[in-house]
Amino acid sequence: MITFNNVSKRYGANEVVRDVSFKINPGEFVSLVGRSGAGKSTLIKMLIGEELPSKGRVIFGQYEVNKMNQSELPELRRHMGIIFQDFRLLAKKTAYENVVFAMEVAGRPQAEIDEITPQVLDLVGLSGKYNNFISELSGGEKQRVAIARAMVNHPDVIVADEPTGNLDPINTWGIINLLTKINELGTTVILATHNKDIVNQIEKRVLSMEDGRLIRDEEKGKYILV
Amino acid sequence: MLTTLYRIAKYGFQNFLRNYLVSIATILVLLLAVVVFESLILFGVVGEKAISLVQDKIDISVDFLEGTPEDEMLKLKSSLEGLQEVKAVEYVSKDEALKRFKDKHPEDSDISKALEELGDNPLRASLNIKAYDPKDYKAVAAYLGNESFKNIIENISYNQNQLVIDRLAKIMDIGRQAGFVLTLLLATVASVVSFNTILLAIYSNKDEIGIMRLVGASNAFIRGPYIVVGVIYGLSAALIGVLITAPFVYLISPVIKVLIPEMNIWSYFLSHIFGIFGYNLLFAVTIGVVSSFIVVRRYLKG
Repeated sequence: MITFNNVSKRYGANEVVRDVSFKINPGEFVSLVGRSGAGKSTLIKMLIGEELPSKGRVIFGQYEVNKMNQSELPELRRHMGIIFQDFRLLAKKTAYENVVFAMEVAGRPQAEIDEITPQVLDLVGLSGKYNNFISELSGGEKQRVAIARAMVNHPDVIVADEPTGNLDPINTWGIINLLTKINELGTTVILATHNKDIVNQIEKRVLSMEDGRLIRDEEKGKYILV
Repeated sequence: MLTTLYRIAKYGFQNFLRNYLVSIATILVLLLAVVVFESLILFGVVGEKAISLVQDKIDISVDFLEGTPEDEMLKLKSSLEGLQEVKAVEYVSKDEALKRFKDKHPEDSDISKALEELGDNPLRASLNIKAYDPKDYKAVAAYLGNESFKNIIENISYNQNQLVIDRLAKIMDIGRQAGFVLTLLLATVASVVSFNTILLAIYSNKDEIGIMRLVGASNAFIRGPYIVVGVIYGLSAALIGVLITAPFVYLISPVIKVLIPEMNIWSYFLSHIFGIFGYNLLFAVTIGVVSSFIVVRRYLKG
């Protein structure tokens, strides 16, 4: 479903991703690990079309992401659920409206939106917080809104870039449990993290990056720092 | 399609209301631009009226030689009416000239006595010629200077008033050009200030635009609500602009009437209120929409 084929990314003289190749199949849970600056976020940015590779091909399903122009990207992103460390929620909207927004941009009918939005918010543990503005939510709650927004359109893949980076341990495990549950329901999950405990506990496929290179690709892998 | 439009409009109104402080600030700046624009329209009307009143007072007259047959005079009148520069030609016969003269000086016994002593009507038949533009009198005078009219024309007033007419024509031209340049300049300044205000208003939402893109919103879906907000800004500024200008026009109207008695700016304002509102609306909505469009496009490219 996802293929990186000899992908490199260069900013001026600085090559941050070097000749990376891998494939991710539908339904997989993949942890992308490495120290800060290893190239994890750049890899994710190339997958979601925020950055273009300097070399190589990035394939997502039927899309060749590296060849897509700006006007084609919204279509691609509607097949993805994207979660970030800094939540990236619409601050002037409520939790409910943030989720609704994702459905509306995907052109979902109103009746469906009215039915599904409360269900998804309940599923991520935000019952009773529907009408809270983002500023009125804790970090963990914000990330739950982000997950609800990411999963509400039944994406093919959920891409989470350090989703627990700003959270305390309790919320961290709450979020990881949600992501594993989503994966168990059949959605591919890519989790970029440098949290060793998470990677070692969930025991899923691990792609390890160092200095822009993919140095290890293991099924049921561990986070091994070199 | 309709659902998408409804959603875009909904988000537009939501953005407008939830960012009410930014909305108020933007409307105030846009209002300033609208008031400048509206004042320029009204000053333009007053100025144009003043110029046309002066222009109406300018004419040239042709006095005929004593004994010129009336049909010759009327023939010249017809030929003048055929000139493209000529707006109107009035024939004043000897008798009509005398009547007007007496009407003009009804109480002046010295003039009445003098006319009685003369016995005969001393005034000449004449033509009063009005051109479309003061600059055209030169051409009309040149036409009248033709050899073939020398045996019927005694005097052309242009030859005595040439300097004044030319100077007036030049002043009116400069007045119009200065008005146009001033309008253009102030309207541009007002537009630039408004554009920058809208730029800052949208700049505060720059991150949100990025988030919408990540969620998969199309450019039209992102841009749409900002355009709607631009329309609301423009509509509000245009409406408030007319409402706050009205009392000022009402108060200034008597003052202008003293200067230009034929001008009632308050009546003009009332009779053209929808037109003025329409111009305001066009001006403000154009600024609002175009600014929003340009600014959002910049962030969509980034």
